Amino acid sequence: MSEPLLEIWNLTASYGRAQVLFGLTFQLRQGEVMALVGRNGAGKTTTLKSIMGLVPATAQKASFKGHSLSHLPTYRIARLGLGYVPEDRRIFTDLTVEENLEAGRKAAGAGRSPWTPERLFRLFPNLAEMRGRRGNQMSGGEQQMLAIARTLMGNPDAILLDEPSEGIAPVIVQMMAQAIRAMKAEGVAVLLSEQNWAFAASISDRAIVIERGEMRFEGSMAELIADERLRAETLGV
Amino acid sequence: MTLLSVQHLSKSFGGVTAARDVSFTLERGEMLAIIGPNGAGKSTVFNMVGGQLRPDRGAVLLDGQNITAASPQKRFRLGVGRTFQVAQTFLSMSVAENVQMALIGSRRESEALWSPARTRYRDDAVALLEQVGMAGMADHPCSALAYGDVKRVELAIALAGQPKLLLMDEPTAGMAARERADLMDLTASIAGAKGIGVLFTEHDMDVVFGHAERVIVLVRGRILATGAPEDIRQDPEVRRAYLGDEHALERPKGLSPT
Amino acid sequence: MDLSFLAIQALNGLSSASSLFITACGLTLVFGVTRIVNFAHGSLYMIGAYTAATLVPRLLELSFGPVTFWAGILASAIVVGLIGVLIEVLLLRRIYGAPELFQLLATFGVVLVVQDVTILIFGPEDILGPRAPGLRAPVEIFGRRFPSYELVLIAAGPVVLGLVWLLLRKTRFGVLVRAATQDREMIAALGVNQALLFTGTLFLGAFLAGLGGALQIPRVSAHAGMDLSIIAEAFVVTVVGGMGSVPGAFLAALVIGQLQAFGILIFPKSTLVVVFLLMAIVLAVRPYGFFGRPEVIGGAHAVGIASRERSPFATLAVIAVIGILAALPLIGDAYVLKVATEILIFALFAFSLQILIGVGGLVSFGHAAFFGLGAYGAALAVKWLAFPMETALPAGLLLAALGAALIGAFVVRLSGIYLAMMTLAAAQIVFAVAFQWVDVTGGDNGIVGVWPSTWASGPTTYYFFTLALTAAVIVLLMRIIDAPLGYALRAARDSTARAEAIGLYIRRHRWLAFTISGAAAGLAGGIYAFSRGSVDPTLLGIPTSVDALTMLLIGGIQTVTGPLVGAGVLHVLRDQIMPLTSLWRLVLGLSIIAIVLVFPRGIVGTIRNWREERT
Repeated sequence: MSEPLLEIWNLTASYGRAQVLFGLTFQLRQGEVMALVGRNGAGKTTTLKSIMGLVPATAQKASFKGHSLSHLPTYRIARLGLGYVPEDRRIFTDLTVEENLEAGRKAAGAGRSPWTPERLFRLFPNLAEMRGRRGNQMSGGEQQMLAIARTLMGNPDAILLDEPSEGIAPVIVQMMAQAIRAMKAEGVAVLLSEQNWAFAASISDRAIVIERGEMRFEGSMAELIADERLRAETLGV
Repeated sequence: MTLLSVQHLSKSFGGVTAARDVSFTLERGEMLAIIGPNGAGKSTVFNMVGGQLRPDRGAVLLDGQNITAASPQKRFRLGVGRTFQVAQTFLSMSVAENVQMALIGSRRESEALWSPARTRYRDDAVALLEQVGMAGMADHPCSALAYGDVKRVELAIALAGQPKLLLMDEPTAGMAARERADLMDLTASIAGAKGIGVLFTEHDMDVVFGHAERVIVLVRGRILATGAPEDIRQDPEVRRAYLGDEHALERPKGLSPT
Repeated sequence: MDLSFLAIQALNGLSSASSLFITACGLTLVFGVTRIVNFAHGSLYMIGAYTAATLVPRLLELSFGPVTFWAGILASAIVVGLIGVLIEVLLLRRIYGAPELFQLLATFGVVLVVQDVTILIFGPEDILGPRAPGLRAPVEIFGRRFPSYELVLIAAGPVVLGLVWLLLRKTRFGVLVRAATQDREMIAALGVNQALLFTGTLFLGAFLAGLGGALQIPRVSAHAGMDLSIIAEAFVVTVVGGMGSVPGAFLAALVIGQLQAFGILIFPKSTLVVVFLLMAIVLAVRPYGFFGRPEVIGGAHAVGIASRERSPFATLAVIAVIGILAALPLIGDAYVLKVATEILIFALFAFSLQILIGVGGLVSFGHAAFFGLGAYGAALAVKWLAFPMETALPAGLLLAALGAALIGAFVVRLSGIYLAMMTLAAAQIVFAVAFQWVDVTGGDNGIVGVWPSTWASGPTTYYFFTLALTAAVIVLLMRIIDAPLGYALRAARDSTARAEAIGLYIRRHRWLAFTISGAAAGLAGGIYAFSRGSVDPTLLGIPTSVDALTMLLIGGIQTVTGPLVGAGVLHVLRDQIMPLTSLWRLVLGLSIIAIVLVFPRGIVGTIRNWREERT
C-alpha cells in the first residue's frame, strides 16, 4: 500500500455558530479514486472547500505530500499540487477555452510529463473543436470538461472533484467517468464528492460516507456496495 | 377546457435557436415533466410559460386566455404559481411572513402603508404551511431552515396564489434522494386534491419516472418525443439522444468497481 | 461659426476625451478585478498632478529637454502607482468581501484623508506646472492656432488603449486579470496568488490615474478640488462604457469629450448637466452601459433590516425618548438647543435614507439631492413667492418629492453599483443647476433671509417645532417599514425572482419608496434651511450625501434605530473635534475607514450582537 498523499485528521468546520463537520479523518493515496458520498447537506462540499482553505476549518492534522495545510492560503495549497474542481464548475465565461487553460497552467513536478492543451484535447475531444470559443457559449457538460481540463493544466498530484455529474446529461456523465479513469492512469489521485450513486460506485476504489458532518463509513467501494443497510440508511439508495 | 396550451413556441438568442415550434398541452391535475440534455431548451420553454421570456413566435394559453405577453406578475394573478431551481424565498423574513407576503401580493395590498404586514392573513398563511407540513416552523427565520424545508416553504408560497398551474423548475435539485420523493409525493397529492396542473423540469430520472404522468423530451429546442414514462424509457431515439447507456441510470446492485 | 472653428472644437473634444479615458481606464480596470468602485481614484489623479507640477520643474532645472519632461511625467505616474499599491495593501485588501456601500464609503474616507494630506504636503496654493519643452509653439490647423501639446494628448489616448489591450489579451497577467474579473476565489484555487494580482492591478490603475493627472500640468494648475471633479466625470465614463470594460470606457470618453466640446456652445454654463444627462439617457436605454453586463449578485448585497421579535418595551422606549427630548429645553441653553435641532434634522435625513438602503437594499449615493431640493424649494418659495414658513416648508417637501419621483423613475430600473452611480449623477445634475443657474438660485452664494415665522423663531420654539415634525415623520416611516410596502421592498431585496412571482411590481414599489424617502429628506432640508436662515449649493454636494451615509454606517444599516444614533454621534463628534484641529476631513476619513474595518455593523448593530452573544 502506497504512502498517503493527502492526510486529514479530525477535520471540523462551522458556518457561524452552526457546526457542519465533526471530526473527519481519512487518507487519499496516490493514484486512487475515493468517493465522498452522503446526502445533500451532509458536508461534502464543505469538506472539499475546507481542504482547499476556502472555508474556515480546523484539523488536528491536514497534510499533503508531507506539507502541512494549516494556515496556508488557498493559492499555496493549490501550488503544492492539489487541484480543485468546484461543484458549479466556475469556468471563466469571458475567456476562451485556451485562455481558461492558460489561467490554470502551473509547472509540472520533476519527472512528470506535463499536461498540455494538446493532450487535454485528446482526452476531451469536444473541447478541441472549440478552442477559441468563450465559456459563455458552452453547454453545461462542455463547461464541466473544461473545468477539469483547466485544473489538470496545473499538473496536480491529486484532484478534489465536487459533484462532476450534477446537472449533466447521462451521456456526458459517462465521458466524465472515462476522464477520471484517464487521470487515474496518469497517477493522479481523485477525491470525488458525488450525489449520483451509480456514477460514484462505478469508478471509485474506496469510499467514505458522511452524514450530517460525521463519518459513517470508510473502506473499499466493494464493501459499501455490499452493505445495503448502511447505504439505505445514509444515502437512501 | 385544456388548462395550459402551448402553441408553436419559438425563441432564438443571437442566432442560436433555443426552442423551435414547441407545442404541448397540460390538463388539470396532471403532472407533466420536461426532460432533455443541458442546453436542450428546457429552461427557455419553461421561462416562456412563466413569463420571464417573451417568445419570438407562438402562443401560451391558460384556460383559453392568451397570456403570451403577460408579465410574471399578471400570470401570478391569473393562477400561475412557480418554484425555482434554487429555492427563492425571502431570507430576512420569518417562514409565516414569507407566505403572508404572497397572500398580500395576491390581494394587491403590497403598497399599503399603515397596518403591519405581519398581522395580515396570518391564519391563512399558517393553514398553507400546515398543508406542506411546516406550520410548526412558522415563526422561525427562513434563513435558519434546512434546504429541504425551504423547498416546502417555497411550495406553500406558490400555493398562496391559489394557482391552477404550478411551474416547478428542477424541484428536487440539491435535495437528498428520500426528500426528493417526499416533496414530489406531497406536490402530487396537493395537485390532485385541488386539480392543479403541474409542469416541471427535472434531471433526476427517478423523480421523472416516479412522478410524471407524461414526459416531454426536448433535444436542441425541439420536442423529440412525448408520452407516458414507460414509453419514453423504451424509445430508442430518446435513449440515443439523451439517456445514453441505460446502465448509468439504474441502481447498481452488487456491481463491482471497474 | 465656421468649419475651422468646429474642427478645432472637435480636436479639443478629442484631447479632453484622451485625458478622461486614461484616467477612467484605470478606474474601470480596478473595478473589473476588485469589484470596488474606487472613489479615491480622483485623489490619485490629483496626486499625479501635484507630484508632476512639483517634480518636473525641479528635473527641468537639472537638465532641460523633452526627455526630462516626459521622464518626470512617467516618474510621477509611477509614484502614484506605488501609492495605489499602498492603498490596496492597507485598505482595499480588507474590504473585498464587504457590501458595496462600505467599499464606497471606505474609499471616500481615503478621499477625505488625501485632501488634507495633499494640503499638508503641497500647501494650499494652486501649483502651475511647466509647459512641455519642444511643444510650446502652437500648430496651425485650418488657419487657426492649436496647442501642439493637445495633439500629443489626442494621440496618448489610443496609445494607452492599445497598450492596455495588448497587456490584457497577450500576456499571462492579462489572462489572469480577466479571469479574476470574473471569479477571484477560483483563481486562487488554481494556484494564483491573487493578492499579488490585485496589487498589480491597483498599481496599473493608480499609475493610469497618476498619468492622467500628470499629463494635465501644462494645461491646468494642480489644485484642491480636482479630485471630486475628475472622479465624477470618470464615473460617468466608466458607467456609460459599462463597468469593467476598457473599450467601453474609450468609446464613452470619446462621446463625452465631444459632448463637452460642443455642449458648451449650446449650454455655455452647464456642460456638467449635459454630461450627466447623457449618462441618465444611456442608463435608461442600456442599464449596464455600452459594453457592461449584469452584475452577478453576491450575498454581500443582501444586508439590511430583517424581521425581529418585537420587544414588548419598543413603544415605551419610543415614548420615553420623545419625552426626554421634549424635556431638553429645561436643562439646555440656546446653543445646546441649536445643536439638538440640527441633530434631529439630520436624524430625519438619515432615517429617510434608511428606507432605501436598509429596507430596500438600494444604495442611493445622491440623497443630498432631495435634502437640497427641500431646502431650495423652501428658500425659493420664500424669496420669489414671499411664502411664509407654513407654506414654504410644504413647497420644499413637494419639490423634493417631485425630484425624487423623477429621479426614481430613472433609477429603479437599475441595481447595485449602477444605481449608486446613477443617483450620484442625478445629485450632481441638481447640484450643477443650483450652482450655475445664478439668476434664480443665487449660484455659489445661495439664498439668504430664509427665516421662520415669528411664532417659531425662538430657539426653544423652533426646537419643539423640529422635534414635533421629525418625531411624527420618523414614526410614520417606521410604520411604513413594518407595513406591506416595507416588506415588499425587503422582498424585492431578498429575491427579485420570487417577488415577481408573487405579483409584486418591484419597480413601482421602489419608485414609491424613492418618492416617500425623497419627501422625508426634503422636509428635513426645509427645516434645516429655516434653522440656518440660508441655503447654498453645498447642501446638494457629494459630501452631504456622504454625511447621511456615514450616519447610517455609524449607527448600523441592519437596524431601524441605527440612523438616529448615527446622526447624533457624527454631529457631536464634529462639534467636538472641528474647533480643535483644521484637519477635520482627515479625522473623519480615518474614522469612516476605521468603522468599516472594525465595526461594520455600526453602533446599534454591534451592541445588539454583543447582547445576543451574551444570552
